[in-house]
Amino acid sequence: MKPVKVLTLSALLGSALLLGACSDDADTGATGEGAGDAQLQGEISIDGSSTVYPIAEAVAEEFMLEQPDVKVTVGLSGTGGGFEKFIAGETQLTNASRPIKDEESKALADAGVEFTELELAYDGLSVVVNKDNDWVDQLTVDELKKLWLDNGSTKKWSDIREGWPEEEIKFYSPGTDSGTFDYFDEVILDGGQIDKSATLSEDDNVLVQGVTGDANAIGYFGYAYYLENKDNVKVVPIVNEAGDAVEPNAETIESGEYAPLSRPLFTYVSNAAIKDDEAVAAYTQFTLENASVLAEDVGYVSLPEEKYTEQLETLEGLK
Amino acid sequence: MENTTRVKSEEMIGRIDGRLMKNKVIKGIFLTATAFTSIILIVLLYRIISQGAPYLSWDFFQNFASRRPEQAGIKAAVIGTLWMMSVVIPTAAILGVGTAIYLEEYAKKNALTRWIQMNISNLAGVPSVVFGLLGLTIFVRVFGFGNSVLAAGFTMALLVLPVVIVASQEAIRAVPNELKEASFGLGATKWQTIYRVVLPYAIPGIATGSILAFSRAIGETAPLIVVGIPTFVAFLPSGYLDSFTALPMQIYNWTSRPQVDFHNLAAAGIIILLGVLILMNSVAVWIRNRYQAR
Repeated sequence: MKPVKVLTLSALLGSALLLGACSDDADTGATGEGAGDAQLQGEISIDGSSTVYPIAEAVAEEFMLEQPDVKVTVGLSGTGGGFEKFIAGETQLTNASRPIKDEESKALADAGVEFTELELAYDGLSVVVNKDNDWVDQLTVDELKKLWLDNGSTKKWSDIREGWPEEEIKFYSPGTDSGTFDYFDEVILDGGQIDKSATLSEDDNVLVQGVTGDANAIGYFGYAYYLENKDNVKVVPIVNEAGDAVEPNAETIESGEYAPLSRPLFTYVSNAAIKDDEAVAAYTQFTLENASVLAEDVGYVSLPEEKYTEQLETLEGLK
Repeated sequence: MENTTRVKSEEMIGRIDGRLMKNKVIKGIFLTATAFTSIILIVLLYRIISQGAPYLSWDFFQNFASRRPEQAGIKAAVIGTLWMMSVVIPTAAILGVGTAIYLEEYAKKNALTRWIQMNISNLAGVPSVVFGLLGLTIFVRVFGFGNSVLAAGFTMALLVLPVVIVASQEAIRAVPNELKEASFGLGATKWQTIYRVVLPYAIPGIATGSILAFSRAIGETAPLIVVGIPTFVAFLPSGYLDSFTALPMQIYNWTSRPQVDFHNLAAAGIIILLGVLILMNSVAVWIRNRYQAR
């Protein structure tokens, strides 16, 4: 029994892994160096909403093709978790699927972080029911309230509108930590308690499956999830303030006709980072210039063109 | 007299059928239990492999994450996980085995060590999110490591440490006293005995227990999310203070995307994760066999 072997053993495990990691590392180190003065360097860390993540991922992917020496990372701690890191100064940009809350902007002011709110795209919260549900043709905001607010007892479809079947309704909603829930809470629940029997899930695919599998189910989630599952669920037109029942689609969401469930998706950027860090300024500009195309690419709806132009002007003023 | 014995043996013969019957029922229950777990495993494996296998290609290993499923790859996540494990394994192994040796060989058996022992066992049951919060506070913020390989590696090392300690203690306790006494009898010091007798004997047990614990560190997502490890990373870390992403983060993100193609990519990612786990378990088996043979 040679004692050396005991030691080498533990070293072996670690170093084998290290070696594997190092050799792969060599091939990225050399790219893009000295490629001209337009090349920027730096690190940008972004965190926040998982709803906005696909847009941020697309922007970062494209940006790094142009600026390979700027290391962009995007996390998905959720809107609230993202703000927490933004307040701590750990990120330069943070994504949000709802506007910043008062307490968050107060905490930012206390921390001395000045920020700018930028809109990237629209999402239409889509209310969906099962394919076999042939009774729900449209819903008003009042009916949505009646459906989703907890009234202490189980609800049947016949409680919502006369003539609908006497079957118990099953609810599927995004989890209370998500910006999607926050938005729904603001426009429909108005701070009230969501039906206690509702199945809450952070994964919207679970909601899709729930609604697909139960004839008496109703749920809501981001437009992109509806778009991917068009054949499995039925979307419910929502009656807007003008009294028209409108289905969510690219046109109605962009024009604002699909209301009140259209919501903007945001990114918040630190003003100081834009001023001091060329890479952050360039990245933010790149985001606004490309958000329209990239957002549609990943299943969201772009803002009207003039909105992006306006925001680019605001950005110029911050540099 | 004779009559009663005959009755007794007849009774016994009657009971044998009952006992044999019982034996069969119990066997059936256990067989069902085994079959149930195996079937679930087979269904899971079948689903994941049939979903993910078409997406496994050389490009999948060579590409970074992308919004286009056909271009998306897992390079950053695989390399990131290896970097993280290169922190987790030495940290947890050195601290874990060290603690186990101290507790088993040096520490006096008193109220204090019993209290420490109890805490270690309790720590093994603490939810992983709590370790994430600890890592966020201490390594990310107080030590200022940021969302780096080092911060995540230390957090994961703490997470698996209790299991490594308990496994190592069990292995060390199983070393026959005669061996240690013989070593002392030959004039060896305590450290010489530990180094030359106890550890070589205990290595198979330590390795098996530890590698199972390390496997857990590879698969955990929650602490990484809390620590703030990003998901989109299109570069490889060049040092321990660089940002990185890990396999479970990438898989988690892909499963929650709306597009089915991403779900299939997630399945491909799970196959890779399973591959890494099987590889690590094989190393454990290899170490055990190698050291047991001597």
